[in-house]
Amino acid sequence: MIPAAAILLFFLTYPLGLGVWLGLTDTKLGRPGVFIGLENFRSLLDDDVFRLAVFNTMLYTAVACALKLVLGLWLALLLNRNIAFKAAIRAVMLLPFIAPTVLTALVFWWLYDPQFSIISWSLQKVGIIDSYIDFLGNPNAARASLIAANVWRGIPFVAISLLAGLQTIPVTLYEAATLDGASRWKMFRHVTYPLLTPIIAVVMTFSVLFTFTDFQLVYAITRGGPLNATHLMATLSFQRAIAGGQLSEGAAISTLMIPFLLAAILFSFFGLQRRRWQQGGRDE
Amino acid sequence: MGLRWRKPKSVNEGGMGYLETRSARLLTVYLPLGTFLFVLLFPFYWMTVTTFKGKDELYDYSRFNPFWPTHPTLENIKKLFFDTQYPLWLWNTMLVSFISTFVSLSCSVLAAYAIERLRFKGSRYIGMSIFLAYLIPPSILFIPLATLVFKLGIFDTRLALILTYPTFLIPFCTWLLMGYFRTIPFELEECALIDGATRLQILVKIILPLAVPGLISAGIFAFTLSWNEFIYALTFISSSEVKTVPVGVLTELVEGDVYHWGSLMAGALCGSLPVAILYSFFVEHYVAGMTGAVKE
Repeated sequence: MIPAAAILLFFLTYPLGLGVWLGLTDTKLGRPGVFIGLENFRSLLDDDVFRLAVFNTMLYTAVACALKLVLGLWLALLLNRNIAFKAAIRAVMLLPFIAPTVLTALVFWWLYDPQFSIISWSLQKVGIIDSYIDFLGNPNAARASLIAANVWRGIPFVAISLLAGLQTIPVTLYEAATLDGASRWKMFRHVTYPLLTPIIAVVMTFSVLFTFTDFQLVYAITRGGPLNATHLMATLSFQRAIAGGQLSEGAAISTLMIPFLLAAILFSFFGLQRRRWQQGGRDE
Repeated sequence: MGLRWRKPKSVNEGGMGYLETRSARLLTVYLPLGTFLFVLLFPFYWMTVTTFKGKDELYDYSRFNPFWPTHPTLENIKKLFFDTQYPLWLWNTMLVSFISTFVSLSCSVLAAYAIERLRFKGSRYIGMSIFLAYLIPPSILFIPLATLVFKLGIFDTRLALILTYPTFLIPFCTWLLMGYFRTIPFELEECALIDGATRLQILVKIILPLAVPGLISAGIFAFTLSWNEFIYALTFISSSEVKTVPVGVLTELVEGDVYHWGSLMAGALCGSLPVAILYSFFVEHYVAGMTGAVKE
């Protein structure tokens, strides 16, 4: 069994070591690797595109995650009721999550086409809009479109995870609440929500983490455009490092993502702790 | 018959579901649910419809009903499979996904078993760090990995992907399997130990057969993850013959300013179908894997 542990250690330290190694490379320049101290970070701080990317990443993460939580929770609550074809609906609903992100992003690109967007076409037919929507043409519309695509992909994950949590809540609590005359909203606010918070915390940590480090959607739909307006930190680091050849600069951008990552992990850790405490508390 | 709706409908609603009228239920449950399903599934529908549309139909919404291919054609799919290297990309994706899943799974089984059952010093911390490793996203690791891949001389080969995918698959699978092994009773192993079985025999003859559902969950999930992987494949591969489906479709089929939406959608459809089919056979395992990864 010791060889197993060795394999494990090797494969475990491998990516972790790379992460640390990355932290060291950011002080070196590109391929020759000359030590230049904090030069990269200093130039990044004065870089408008980088600052915009940071802003975009924050906005993208905050708005997309909030929407995913609200809509995902709503969907989970709906699925938790007694409905026809529940298993089938649940199975089909997960499709956005399992289909390759880049390929579904392509579909969104096609849906957002300035000339042939079926969304614009339908809305115009119904009479809601006069001219076609320029989904990806101006910065704000492009950001909103990307967030919509991200939310679309993220809802099933949030919903299914929360559904698993909802199913662990004892039915007797709802019966008691109904007898006490609680309305549906009160039941949600005082029974469902408090019991669900630990799972919400964990699910949202994952959601924040994946949204913050998202690359595929933005790369596939806008490539950071129009005029670098929709770059996230991940896509910018790719553009600088691989497309532009400035490995060190890209690595510096990635490194600047790490503090946020740590914050998310700590948050998750405390979420887990609270869950344990709650389970212990329930035994009393 | 007229009283049938008064029966308690669900345990989940605390047996109080019958207090609701049918129309209220329609408005608060089925209407929003229908909207959700429509929005979640429409892109797939649109992808499929576009795939089967001919050139003249594709951009002409006034003469043809855009929501249904009037003259369904296999033109786009034919073009995809005979005029591009799509079949090769499919093969690459399949090969890379299979091998990296297999490698990751076998490493994870040993690792998870060691952490859960051997109880060596610090196994708890290793378990914890596995979880942390699972949280490190590829979009932070791809730059150092790219330089590493270059130094190893495996840049632009399938081997580069086979070796790098386990970096996110192993932590995930190990984490999932650890949770699964924990549910297998200790007593079974103690019996086997008394009967003189070695640790390896226990693992192969007792634990693995019991852990089959967990293995399937982890395997399917890992396979899907590597099938969908994009950033490593984009960074480490540059020749068309070794590209995977997501990268190939995005970098080779999108050319210039004119997008051939028909073949692009055909590429998206054919690239999503394999995982969708696999998923349809193992829905429950998949859901178990997903919720299991979040729960622990």
